[in-house]
Amino acid sequence: MAIITYREALNQALREEMARDDRVFLMGEEVAQYNGAYKVSKGLLDQFGEMRVVDTPITELGFAGVGVGAAMVGLRPVIEFMTWNFALLAIDQIVNAAAKMLYMSGGQYNVPMVFRGPNGAALQLSAQHSQAFESWLAHIPGIKVVTPGTPYDAKGLLKAAIRDDNPVIVLEGEMLYNTKGEVPEDDYIIPIGKADLKREGEHCSIITNGKMVLVAMNAADQLAKEGIRVDVVDLRTVRPMDIEAITASVRKTNRAVVLEEGWELAGIGAQVVDYIQRDCFDHLDAPIIRVHQVDVPMPYAKALERSAKPDLAKTIAAVKKVMYVD
Amino acid sequence: MAAKKKSETKPSDPALHKELLHSMLLQRRFEEKVGEAYALGKIGGFCHLYIGQEAVSTGILSMLRGDDYVITTYRDHGQALARGMAPRAIMAELFGRVDGCSKGKGGSMHLFDRNLNFLGGHGIVGGHVPLAAGVGFAIKYRGGDQVIICFMGESVVNTGAFHEALNMAALWKLPCIFVIENNKYGMGTAVERATAIKDLSRRADSYQGMMGEHVDGQDVLAVREATHRALDVARKGAPVLLEMRTYRYMGHSMSDAVSGTYRTKAELDEYLQRDPINLFKARMMEAGDLNDADFAAMDLEIKATVQDAWDFADASPEPPLASLYEDVLVESGS
Repeated sequence: MAIITYREALNQALREEMARDDRVFLMGEEVAQYNGAYKVSKGLLDQFGEMRVVDTPITELGFAGVGVGAAMVGLRPVIEFMTWNFALLAIDQIVNAAAKMLYMSGGQYNVPMVFRGPNGAALQLSAQHSQAFESWLAHIPGIKVVTPGTPYDAKGLLKAAIRDDNPVIVLEGEMLYNTKGEVPEDDYIIPIGKADLKREGEHCSIITNGKMVLVAMNAADQLAKEGIRVDVVDLRTVRPMDIEAITASVRKTNRAVVLEEGWELAGIGAQVVDYIQRDCFDHLDAPIIRVHQVDVPMPYAKALERSAKPDLAKTIAAVKKVMYVD
Repeated sequence: MAAKKKSETKPSDPALHKELLHSMLLQRRFEEKVGEAYALGKIGGFCHLYIGQEAVSTGILSMLRGDDYVITTYRDHGQALARGMAPRAIMAELFGRVDGCSKGKGGSMHLFDRNLNFLGGHGIVGGHVPLAAGVGFAIKYRGGDQVIICFMGESVVNTGAFHEALNMAALWKLPCIFVIENNKYGMGTAVERATAIKDLSRRADSYQGMMGEHVDGQDVLAVREATHRALDVARKGAPVLLEMRTYRYMGHSMSDAVSGTYRTKAELDEYLQRDPINLFKARMMEAGDLNDADFAAMDLEIKATVQDAWDFADASPEPPLASLYEDVLVESGS
């Protein structure tokens, strides 16, 4: 199997789906001539032409709505946001238009489209460019939200998202674009709504998603050296959430750490903890601990930023705490 | 481009004119009944009547083809009827019943009919204008010659969504006809208290190549003529901005007084003199295309249709509780 980057995996997914279905087009800022702000769309303009790879003005609300309108009449738009921070300008189109259309039209108009782009913090981009929006988006019925953490997942989930007949949010990671992994060259789909047990252990479950999958895997490696073997449950999709995968793991390990990139209050982890307390109350041997960004806007200075983010050390410490070691 | 004072009198087309009058009168009588049903508690939530603006919906939509598209705001009953949606399905929707066009899930603000390419009433001021650009984009993508009509209230012209959509429509030469229904008030705020330009059709000047025109929205034939000019342009692949100068005779919604707080009774009375239905009726009578008996017969027939819609809606069951969970997502991928 070829080893490629997360960025190349997304590019393959787009290329394959555009070749497969001429209703699929890509639209966003700098996606065409510039080949993508993060080069995810590299080469697509040359291959598919300017009607299918469309540079937009800087106008997130507008082009997100263009996507919704085009999807209502049968095209399958992929709308790229340069980052999800900018997508806040388009939130009306995601929440009030895309997510509601099928329901409020009594099932007449579905919206088969993808909103995608990098989510969460990179390095020293400070407050307005370093936010993880999983929980905001997962709150809304009428959409699906996927958060691929590896190149393999990025290709399989983006292809599934493009083929889905509903609006699907794909949250990528700027810090993930250069990560590498094995990715099949042939066509495959990862089902939306299914978690993936990325590491098997028996002492504790780390439940996580997106960019934090890498952190969890590193933590699992470190902990294994000390004889602590953990399950790493990668949610892959945060709406709908694979409750069965979460609870199956916790019933086995009896302990859980929930790791996410975003803030604590009303975060993804809060929901995961709720599912666990409902279904695994009698299985728990320790309170669940959550690891997340501290409750402040992201600072610029390196040391402050490091302190604000969830990381390997915090994750390992949390696992040890629920294990009652150290 | 200045609007003509009054549309040219063409060789009379009595059959067409009767259809136009019928379309406007159906909207009027339907909404009078809606007001009644609202007072009786049969309709809930927000409900925005269109009374006074019927020449706009009828004038424009009578010029469209079946394969063209229409999208509008929450003040959508009139356009839905003028596009040909069944009064029964609309009334049942307003009553929140299972036979409603949106199965009782949308209500007054969210009328949809996929068979008529009626892409819905939308509830966020300005939010649907980019959707119209998206439909225009899809038409161009497929190489079609349809157009999309996008109705909006005059308050929309101050939203970012409006400008973002018009900019892209002009940039990409999309077949969109944006129709501002200037009824003079955004809820209770007069247009001149909210908008730093008098002639709203001039907003088109910001976008190179965009035709802009203001029109007497109380004159159904003037509306048709302007629509004819707009369609000529749009079908060749360019957006148009039409400002229809009209007036709403009712409050913003059912909870808003007709006059008193933000407009005077005298102003309302003045505009009632330009009731689009009365104007057109008088004109037809003058031309000898209509007499009192014709009108009475038409009115009677329409009132029966509206009563039938009421009876149908009233008899239609509430949506089953199981439908609460339906149509959140569609199954299957493609």
